[in-house]
Amino acid sequence: MTLIQTTNLGHKYRERYVLKNVNLNINQGEVFALIGPTGSGKTTLLKLLDLLEIPASGRIYFDGVDVTHSGGPRLEARRRMSFVLQKPIVFNMSVYDNVACGLRWRHEPKDIVRQRIESALELVAIAEYKNRNARSLSGGETQRVAIARALATKPEVLFLDEPTANLDPVATSKIEEVLAHIIKEQKTTVVMATHDMSQGQRLARRIGVMMNGEILQVGSPSNIFSSPKSREVAEFVGVENILGGVIIAKDNNLVTIEVNGSTIQAISDFIVGDMVQALIRPEDITFALSKDISSARNTFEGKISRITPVGPLVRIEVDCGFPLLGVVTKRSAEELGFSVGKKVCASFKATAIHVIKRWN
Amino acid sequence: MTELWQGLVRAIELLISLDPEVFEIAGRSLLISVTSCSISALFSLPLGGLIHFYHFPGKRFLISTIQTLFSIPTVAVGLFVFVLFSQAGPLGGLNLMFTPVAMVIGQVILVTPIILGLIISALSGVDKAVPETAISLGATGFQVAILTLREARYAVLTALVMGFGRAISEIGIALMVGGNIKGFTRTLTTAISLETQKGDIELSIALGIILISIALVINLALSRIQQR
Ligand SMILES: Nc1ncnc2c1ncn2[C@@H]1O[C@H](COP(=O)(O)OP(=O)(O)OP(=O)(O)O)[C@@H](O)[C@H]1O
Ligand SMILES: [Mg+2]
Repeated sequence: MTLIQTTNLGHKYRERYVLKNVNLNINQGEVFALIGPTGSGKTTLLKLLDLLEIPASGRIYFDGVDVTHSGGPRLEARRRMSFVLQKPIVFNMSVYDNVACGLRWRHEPKDIVRQRIESALELVAIAEYKNRNARSLSGGETQRVAIARALATKPEVLFLDEPTANLDPVATSKIEEVLAHIIKEQKTTVVMATHDMSQGQRLARRIGVMMNGEILQVGSPSNIFSSPKSREVAEFVGVENILGGVIIAKDNNLVTIEVNGSTIQAISDFIVGDMVQALIRPEDITFALSKDISSARNTFEGKISRITPVGPLVRIEVDCGFPLLGVVTKRSAEELGFSVGKKVCASFKATAIHVIKRWN
Repeated sequence: MTELWQGLVRAIELLISLDPEVFEIAGRSLLISVTSCSISALFSLPLGGLIHFYHFPGKRFLISTIQTLFSIPTVAVGLFVFVLFSQAGPLGGLNLMFTPVAMVIGQVILVTPIILGLIISALSGVDKAVPETAISLGATGFQVAILTLREARYAVLTALVMGFGRAISEIGIALMVGGNIKGFTRTLTTAISLETQKGDIELSIALGIILISIALVINLALSRIQQR
């Protein structure tokens, strides 16, 4: 069932459109992640959905009611939702009173207020701080108070804007644990913004990719990860090999694409003559010292042009008539004796390639 | 020099012996100023909230006018209230001239720009994310305003203390519309000024010590508030 629906939603700041034509359906109980680069309009969209701002164009329906413009239904709808802002702030009062705010504003009975606060504080594991002034907390603790405060009202929809930005990895995984718990136990509808693709994958069932104020693709994490619709989406989700070419042969759905004088084979529905781009993830490329041991359809010889260590991995750039980027573990790079200028064979399977249309 | 020294000794004697006249004058001063500031606060708080939260044409102009009136001369306010309540004036029939009520009215006019102006800037000093967060938590407009005032409480308190400091130390209004009537409208400032002219330097010094002590307490209170 659709809980939130937008039609042609648009918003502008100082005459500049920062959100265009957003048509989105959020289903009851689902976890939806908005991902996109900084400035793409994620926060703006969340603020419109939480009815904090009035959109410049388009409509918003909450539970079937048009809540686009001001009026009583907006407050009512807003009181069924909660929002943890990107830079959460706490009020200058105790942690307990902070968490109490939403409940007191709804005039909930005292014993319910107490009970809800206790369980919300318990959930985010800051119960022992309840009498401290919230302004004296650290960034991660503040984030927890903000989450507890948003959860205390038992919202039907929870909006989270970059819930773990600016937190260290340990604090991040703790917050993610809390969120996973809420998602599982309370069946709350969650809409979160993040520029961390992997966080979206971990928590969300559906992902919307935003760029320049538009939602370019909506789908399951695996769908977006493996089949990005456009070059921009592909780049954002970490596809680093994007090879432009043209289809020169086709056998069932096995196509041959000419790229810079070389040919690669892929699985695709495009037809001969189509201008396409072949997307290959670095982790799908394997390296060997000689040609014969690989069973992959596409094998190319080339020279290593650059080696960059990233944590336990090493990024290898190979020039085989066209540039290819792959990753190997540090250990295998050492075992294979990789160095700049060394000749290697890079291979990848036809099924590892995602083919999309090219417009130029 | 000896005259001054004797005056000081006598003044301290007056204070230590809890001289009724001294404390009556000081008490009246405090009462009138506290009343003026309370009345001003009573309507400056909601008015400041309205001016801060609503957007209307001329808002900036209004705020800078209020700020200009911070330093309005006390004698100008005194003159205004005098004209208003004198026998021939529009409100002359109320017979309020040379009463504490007229003094309070004058002081309210004097301190309201300061209290109102500082309340507005206290509210605009609150992080913009505070009202936004409150709205997202389901607050009504009124609840947002109360929360914002609460967040600005120390700055609001500063506004009230500043207003009180201005009221307790002013003389123009107290003299022009109070008239320094003994046992009725005589305040610290009017008494000091007129008793000195009459040569009663001991009483003046005693009252001066009290006035300075009040100023000191105000300053201490202000720095305490600002440390929070
Ligand atoms: N109050 C505002 N006034 C003017 N421009 C704004 C305002 N808020 C946002 N913008 C602009 O709108 C665009 C979208 O901003 P938004 O905050 O929605 O991006 P975002 O996707 O949340 O980015 P980030 O990942 O950095 O949080 C940006 O170009 C931003 O500069
Ligand atoms: Mg943002």
